[in-house]
Amino acid sequence: MITPLDDFLAATVRTATPLALAALGECITERSGVINIGLEGAIICGAFGATIAAGAVAATAGAPLGLTAGFVIGAAAGAAIALLFALFTVWWRADQIITGTAITLFSLGLTGLLYKTVYGATGVGLTLPTLNASAIPGLSALPVIGRALFAQPVITYALYLFVPWLAWWFARTHAGLALRATGESPDAALAAGISPRRVQLLATVAGGTLAGLAGATLVLAQSGTFVEGMSAGKGFIAIAIVVLGRWSPRGVAAAALLFGGASALQYLFQSLGWTGVPYQLFLALPYVLTLLVLARASARSRAPAALARRELTLS
Amino acid sequence: MSVSSQAPWMGAVQRLALLVGGTVLTLVVLLLLTGHDPAIALRALVRGAVGSWYALTSATLVRAIPLALTGLCVALAFRAGLLNIGAEGQLLMGAAAGTAVLTALGASLGAFALPLALLSGVIAGAAWAGVAALLRQRFGVLEVISTIMLNFVALYTVGWLVRGPLQEPTGIYPQSASLPKAVQLPLLWTGTRLHVGLVLAVLFAVGLWWWQGRTASGFRLRAVGQNPHAAATIGRIDVARVSVLAFLASGALAGLAGTVELTGVTFALYENLSPGYGYTAIAVALLARLHPLGVLGTAVLFGALQAGGNAMQRDAAVPIALVNVVEALLILLVIAGDRLGAARRATA
Repeated sequence: MITPLDDFLAATVRTATPLALAALGECITERSGVINIGLEGAIICGAFGATIAAGAVAATAGAPLGLTAGFVIGAAAGAAIALLFALFTVWWRADQIITGTAITLFSLGLTGLLYKTVYGATGVGLTLPTLNASAIPGLSALPVIGRALFAQPVITYALYLFVPWLAWWFARTHAGLALRATGESPDAALAAGISPRRVQLLATVAGGTLAGLAGATLVLAQSGTFVEGMSAGKGFIAIAIVVLGRWSPRGVAAAALLFGGASALQYLFQSLGWTGVPYQLFLALPYVLTLLVLARASARSRAPAALARRELTLS
Repeated sequence: MSVSSQAPWMGAVQRLALLVGGTVLTLVVLLLLTGHDPAIALRALVRGAVGSWYALTSATLVRAIPLALTGLCVALAFRAGLLNIGAEGQLLMGAAAGTAVLTALGASLGAFALPLALLSGVIAGAAWAGVAALLRQRFGVLEVISTIMLNFVALYTVGWLVRGPLQEPTGIYPQSASLPKAVQLPLLWTGTRLHVGLVLAVLFAVGLWWWQGRTASGFRLRAVGQNPHAAATIGRIDVARVSVLAFLASGALAGLAGTVELTGVTFALYENLSPGYGYTAIAVALLARLHPLGVLGTAVLFGALQAGGNAMQRDAAVPIALVNVVEALLILLVIAGDRLGAARRATA
């Protein structure tokens, strides 16, 4: 029997998936010393890219290929918008926060404009394939956590592998060391023969790729459609998740689960029949939680030393 | 550049011309890219923005008022080194507070109702910004993130208010009761929709310009914005105090914009009260180079762009989102121009 708790836990993991993807991407970017406030823009561009590609390919080549195209183009769209951000901040050393804000506004406007241009004012004719949950036999029958962890779309399972891999990559590989060195001390990295500019560029684009995947997940594995402004601040929540997760992949994944839970609470209370509480309270909860979490975590945790620093050895 | 040898206002005129030129150019490029006829669309835009006395006053200038007040909010904060992206939420809370005061006490206050409503907006905007100021000062929370989060919280708060405590008496529509004539801002010209909020915006712009340039506290604000460390060590300035006060003042301006919009234009509280004025305000402030008088100019430019954008959508089927893209592109162009200019100066 499926209880409200099962539903709540499953919704927690489902909502946490795009948050975790975007936050892990931002984690990579920030470990290189760049804070991409334009993450929100990469998410919405990823969502729109996925919508266009999945819709077009699925119409001619079937749903599986359509989904693949959606995730690939979504990731590419996120990477492209991050590349634009990197052009300004890594190449020209423009202010990362102001540029990121402008990139977010640009992306929200651009996707709204293209959506109306392609689909008209009402969005009719928009049919998308959806990535359904594929339950893992046996594991998904486990009590309490079974359905939550093992009856999810494939993209969630990919995260189970990606999080430990990323932790290993940060800690144990030469490239991971180069990334962390750049984020802590670009001058020292340069002295060790690393090009900080190249590392930051790659880290920013990698972060944008994951944020694009997050956007694709929102469309293809969750809402099943594109809505203007559907990123709804998730990029900024993801940045808070990175702080709460203390810039470590496992911490970030755990923090994403917390936020997934906060967003999923509304389903739990709906199924419990708590109609006396205004639903806006639940809608506002993830944003309030972000503020509380940042207040607790910002003061105590240490960001990469060179984060958001503009004066960088130019090579 | 030989700008320095000319009168200062020449530089401003040049910049405004460059800005208008850049706006038209990005508009044309985007229109062509999205498959619209630029001639038809631009004609609709000009007609909707400045095509008649009514369009100029009731479409362009009416929109310039909240843009100028929120633009001043952003410019003041940025000048102090505070990246307040929360003008939208502060505006909404100002409008909500004004509605609450007018619905609860409107009849009993008589002539004081309107000033008190405006004051409540100022306080609510400052309080909403105060949350971000507190989080920044006390806990080191990046104000960009906190103010954006507060924008969403404000939106849901208004969403709840207009379906709950402040809903109109019949309980059908998600909005507050319409404000009676007595508590609406007076019009500047009969036959138009232009209200005295314009005078307020101009007064605040001139006041801020004078204050920033001519007073010691204005100087402290700029010093903290340029280099808080130097301001503290060399200037012996209480950086925390200046930052918090600047943040509160910034929020107060956006809150005022909210009550001015409520009592001058919408006459009721609802969720879509602002079509993103608080976000456009960032472009307004940055393109004015944070100069309070410049904000008046860019606010009119963006007011015209929004008014014309509505006409373009109506008459030429161009999505209004195109205007948002133009605004964001202009910010990016200014940033790029600054950086390239800096690089050129460095190599010269």
